[in-house]
Amino acid sequence: MDFFLKLFLSGTAKGSIYALIALGYTMVYGIVQLINFAHGEVYMIGGFTALIVGGLLFSSGMAVPLVLALSIASAVVFSAAFGFTIEKLAYKPLRNKPRLSALISAIGISMILQNFVLLAQTEKYLSFPSYLPELEFLRPVREYLNSTQFIILVTTATIMVALTLTIKFTRMGKAMRATAQDKHMAQLVGVDINGVISLTFIIGSALAAVGGVLICSYMGQINYYIGFVAGIKAFVAAVLGGIGSIPGAVLGSFILGWTESLGTGYLSSDYEDAYAFVILILILILKPDGILGKNQKQKV
Amino acid sequence: MALMELRDVCTYYGNIQALRGISLSVEEGEIVTLIGANGAGKTTTLMSICGIAQIRSGQVLLDGEDISRKSPHSIVAMGLSQVPEGRRIFPQLTVLENLDMGAFLRRDKATVRVDLEEVFDLFPRLAERRNQQGGTLSGGEQQMLAISRALMARPRILLLDEPSLGLAPLIVQNIFDILKRINEERRTTVFLVEQNANMALKIADKGYVLQNGSIKMADSAERLLANEEVRKAYLGL
Repeated sequence: MDFFLKLFLSGTAKGSIYALIALGYTMVYGIVQLINFAHGEVYMIGGFTALIVGGLLFSSGMAVPLVLALSIASAVVFSAAFGFTIEKLAYKPLRNKPRLSALISAIGISMILQNFVLLAQTEKYLSFPSYLPELEFLRPVREYLNSTQFIILVTTATIMVALTLTIKFTRMGKAMRATAQDKHMAQLVGVDINGVISLTFIIGSALAAVGGVLICSYMGQINYYIGFVAGIKAFVAAVLGGIGSIPGAVLGSFILGWTESLGTGYLSSDYEDAYAFVILILILILKPDGILGKNQKQKV
Repeated sequence: MALMELRDVCTYYGNIQALRGISLSVEEGEIVTLIGANGAGKTTTLMSICGIAQIRSGQVLLDGEDISRKSPHSIVAMGLSQVPEGRRIFPQLTVLENLDMGAFLRRDKATVRVDLEEVFDLFPRLAERRNQQGGTLSGGEQQMLAISRALMARPRILLLDEPSLGLAPLIVQNIFDILKRINEERRTTVFLVEQNANMALKIADKGYVLQNGSIKMADSAERLLANEEVRKAYLGL
């Protein structure tokens, strides 16, 4: 039982990170029906931004909490700018073209960004300093839940609640839902859909950046390739939950986190990355729309 | 000066010419109808007015200003609001949220609330179902919601694309009565595109007959109703 609880909690922390990335996939898909394969790269760039900015600030002798806050903030801003620019350059010109074109464009962007970071930085794993504080009150339960995991959980939960409230109740949130349901009609009531699409990319990228900083602090290392693996897994999580659905992405991410964690603990850690794809295949066979996905009726 | 005017508008889909130089005008406070058979270009005309279909030549004037190069959302902001073909309710938004979306560009929260009550007066059924998802409404209720959503923008001109489509005769009658009422009480100008020529001409001041992408006839609604050719071709008499 003890062992199970440990695995469950670490799976939950992992699932939270997947959720932060999966939300970007699912929101973008909901609005423009595009699988943004460059999304994982935006997450990786968030991690690198925090590493570089954090390193500079730390060596200038700034206090650690401030370093943490500023490096996360710069990662968010930088990644959001990347997300915004990628959409404008690589997807918007293809919006009324066959869907495959934008998909290929997304894969191309993903490769460009990976190789850009590879050349600009290094192909080696770099160690990522943990600026996250050690929380005193967690000392008694540290075996089960360490400070980093706790911070990941709290941050993710806060972001999800904020995102849900924004989408449900604000004017822009309503415009996003309306655009996702019917783009033409949204235009006919006066929604600037280009603005909504940009905003979606900005929000998704900002969330991915937060995820990037958290996971790098958790793992203690970073490399140009992390975005690819994490991106694919978050994509699996989004499909698992039903792509286009926000609660679905969160649920799918947790299921994936738990499966990986329990699989690693009880079966073998050699196959950690394979569990995600086993689940993906099962879901595609058993419930192709995902757990919370809408059954898409084809209009004739 | 006409509130809305089309001057020699040509619209293409790829290489296919859908509109062959359409000219028409709508005066403030009028109900003007555009009738025609399937495929005559009625919906294309509306799409060209609201900026979703790009026109290749000609002009669309609102209050004398050419709006044909403007984006759809800025055209809405100028006071033109549309009830599209097939109603296009946001299916997963509630009735209330759909109406909120209609008032998307308005910042005057207090008057929006007044208008909301007015719309509920006009269609009490919508008030009963305000928290229900739009997609669960019946066809007639969806049409009422589509009209209400357009009214929530406080348009100067209301454009409707076949509001009678697929509805029972009794509901069609009800909807046309309400259009007439909106026009009389709120002084909202109405531009009505219809296949149901009989119903449309009965409430309209003026009518245009569209055939193969060009205007074949333009006259007062009364005279069109009496016109032998129109009666044969569009009224089935």
